[in-house]
Amino acid sequence: MKLSTYVIKRAGYAIFTLIGLSIFVFVLARVLPGDPARMAAGPRAPSWVVEQLREQLWLDKPIYTQYFYWLKDIIHGDLGYSIYTRRSVTQDVIEYLPASIQLIILAGIFEVIGALILGVMAGRYSYKWPDNLTRFISYIGISVPAFVWAIIFQLLFTWVMPIFPTSGMFSPLMIPPPEITGMSTLDALITGRFDAFVDVLWHMVLPALALCLGGMAQDARIIRAGMVENQEKDYIAMATSHGLPERLVTSKYLLKPSIVPAVTVMGMDVASLLGNAFLVEIVFMWPGFSKYGINVMLSKDLNAIVAVVLIMGLIFAIANIIVDVIVIHLDPRIGGK
Amino acid sequence: MRTIETHISIPKWIEELELGKKWYKFSRSPLSLLGLVIACSTIILALLAPFLAPYPQHAGFYHNFMESCQGLSLKHPFGTDQFGRDVLSRTIFGFRYSLMMAGVVLLLVVPLGVILGLIAGYYREKIKIIEIVIMRIADIFIAVPPLVLALAICSVLTPSVFHAMMAVSLMWWPWYTRLTYNVTSSLKEEYFVQAAEVTGASSSHIIFKEILPNCLGSILTKVTLDVGWIILIGSALSFVGLGAQPPTPDLGTMVAEGGNFLPDFWWISLFPALAISYTILGFNLLGDGVRDTFVEER
Repeated sequence: MKLSTYVIKRAGYAIFTLIGLSIFVFVLARVLPGDPARMAAGPRAPSWVVEQLREQLWLDKPIYTQYFYWLKDIIHGDLGYSIYTRRSVTQDVIEYLPASIQLIILAGIFEVIGALILGVMAGRYSYKWPDNLTRFISYIGISVPAFVWAIIFQLLFTWVMPIFPTSGMFSPLMIPPPEITGMSTLDALITGRFDAFVDVLWHMVLPALALCLGGMAQDARIIRAGMVENQEKDYIAMATSHGLPERLVTSKYLLKPSIVPAVTVMGMDVASLLGNAFLVEIVFMWPGFSKYGINVMLSKDLNAIVAVVLIMGLIFAIANIIVDVIVIHLDPRIGGK
Repeated sequence: MRTIETHISIPKWIEELELGKKWYKFSRSPLSLLGLVIACSTIILALLAPFLAPYPQHAGFYHNFMESCQGLSLKHPFGTDQFGRDVLSRTIFGFRYSLMMAGVVLLLVVPLGVILGLIAGYYREKIKIIEIVIMRIADIFIAVPPLVLALAICSVLTPSVFHAMMAVSLMWWPWYTRLTYNVTSSLKEEYFVQAAEVTGASSSHIIFKEILPNCLGSILTKVTLDVGWIILIGSALSFVGLGAQPPTPDLGTMVAEGGNFLPDFWWISLFPALAISYTILGFNLLGDGVRDTFVEER
C-alpha cells in the first residue's frame, strides 16, 4: 500500500472515531443534572435572559438537533462560548494551545534522546553496570508519577540548587516577544529576540523533564530489550566477523531494528505526555492549554470541556499517524499490513 | 484409632495450570519476589489501617492546631500537617483508597472487557456487525489520553471517590476488550478450537472452556500491571481536586494539599507521594514477574 493512501485511510478513520467521541462527550455534557443555560447566565441573571440564552444555545430543541447545530458550528471553527473566560472557546484555544504544544514537543525530544542514550547503553553493556543502572532508573521512572516529579523538582531547584526557574514562562524582567505563532520560542526566534528564546527554553526544562521521565524509562527498557534480542542475529555476527568496528555495527545495523518496537509505543507516550501535562502545568504555573483545561473543568464550563477533550483527541490522533509513518519508514515490512 | 481419609480431588483445570511449576519459575527472580512483598505489604497496611496507624482518628475530621506542621519526631515520624494530623497515620489510611480504587475498577472492568472481547473475537467472521459495534465503541474510548477523558467525566459529575472510580472504569474496559479480542482472533484459527467446532460444541462452550483459559495468562499479567496505572490515574484525579475530596486521606489529595505548603513543610506531601510510588513500584515488579511466568516466550 502506498504511504499516502495509508495516511488518508488512517485520517478518515480518526475522523470517524473523533465524531463518535464528540457524540459521547456532548451527550455527557448535556445529560448531567443542572441547567446549562442557567449556568451560562450566572445565578443572578433574570429568568428572561436565561430563556433567551436557552433559545440561543438551542437547549429547547431535542438533543440530536442540538448536536447537529453544534457540529455545524465546529465545522465553521466555532467551539462555542466559554463561561469561564467569557469569550469564544476558539479564542482560548488559539491563545493557550501553542504554549502547551511547545512544552510537549520539548518533552518529546528529551524523552527520545534520554531513552536512546539509556537504552543503547544498557543494550550494549547488557548485564553489566550500565544495564543495572538503566534498570534502576527505569523502575524509578515508572513508579514516580509526573506530578510527584514536578513537586520534587520544585523542592530541589528552589532550595538546593536554584539553576532552573520553577514557575511561569518568562523571567519577571523579560519583555515577551510579540505574538506571531503563539509559541513563544518560535516568536522569539522570528523576531530575533535570542535572549527571550533562551529564557523561555530555560523555563521549559523542568516541566518538560517532569513530563517525560515516565515514558523515557519505559522506552529505554524496550530499546534495551530490542538490542539484546538483535545482538543474537546472524547479520550482526556477520558484520562483526567482517571486522566492522563495534561502534559502526551498533549505530548502523543494531540500532535501527531495535528502536522500532520503542517507536510503536511512542504513540501511547504521547497520550501520557498530554495527560500528564494537565498535572505538571499546574505545579509549574505554565500558562498552557492543560492548565486552562483544568480551570474550565473545575468551573464546569461545558463548551470548553468538550473542546478540550476533542482537541486532545485530535492531537493524539495526529501524533499516532505521525508515529505510524515513522515506523513504516524505519521498517518497510510493516507497511504491507 | 479411626483415621479419616480425605479425598481432596483437585479439579482438572487447576492441575493444568501447573501452579507449582509456575511458582518455581516466579520465585527464581528476586525482583518479582520483592514486588510480591511490597504489594502484600500495601494490602496488609490497607486492611489493618485502623490497628496499625498510631492515630487512627486523624484519618478524618480532626484538628489540633497546637501541633500543626510539626517536623519529623518520634511522636510523629512523618511529621504533622496543617491541621496537626499525623501524616504517617493518614498515609497508612491512604493505601486503602488507592487500593480500593484499583480493586473496584478492575472488578468492574475485567469481566466486562473480557466478555466483550471474547464475543467480538469469536464472532469476527460469523456476525460481522457485533465485532464492528464493540470494537468501534472501544476505539472511541481509546482515542483520547485516558487521564484527559477521566478528568472530563469527573468534572461534569460531582467530584467524589465513587465518581472517579466510575470515570476510570468507563475508559479502562476497552483495553481488556482489545487484548482479549486479539488473543481470541488468533486462537480461533488453532486446531483445538476448530476441532471443537467440528464436533458440534456450543459457542458458549468454545468461548468459555476452550478460548478463555488460554487468555487468562495475558489477562492476569495486564491486571497486575494495571493496578499501578489505576492508582496513578486515581491519585492524579485527586491531585487536581476532581477525585476524593478533603478530609479523605487519599494519597493524591494529600500530595495536593501539602503542595500548598511547599517547600517549607515538605513532609506533608512528600511522604504520601512516596507511598504512591511504593505501591506502583510493587505492583509493577509483581506484574513483570507474572508476565515472565505466565506469558510464554516466543
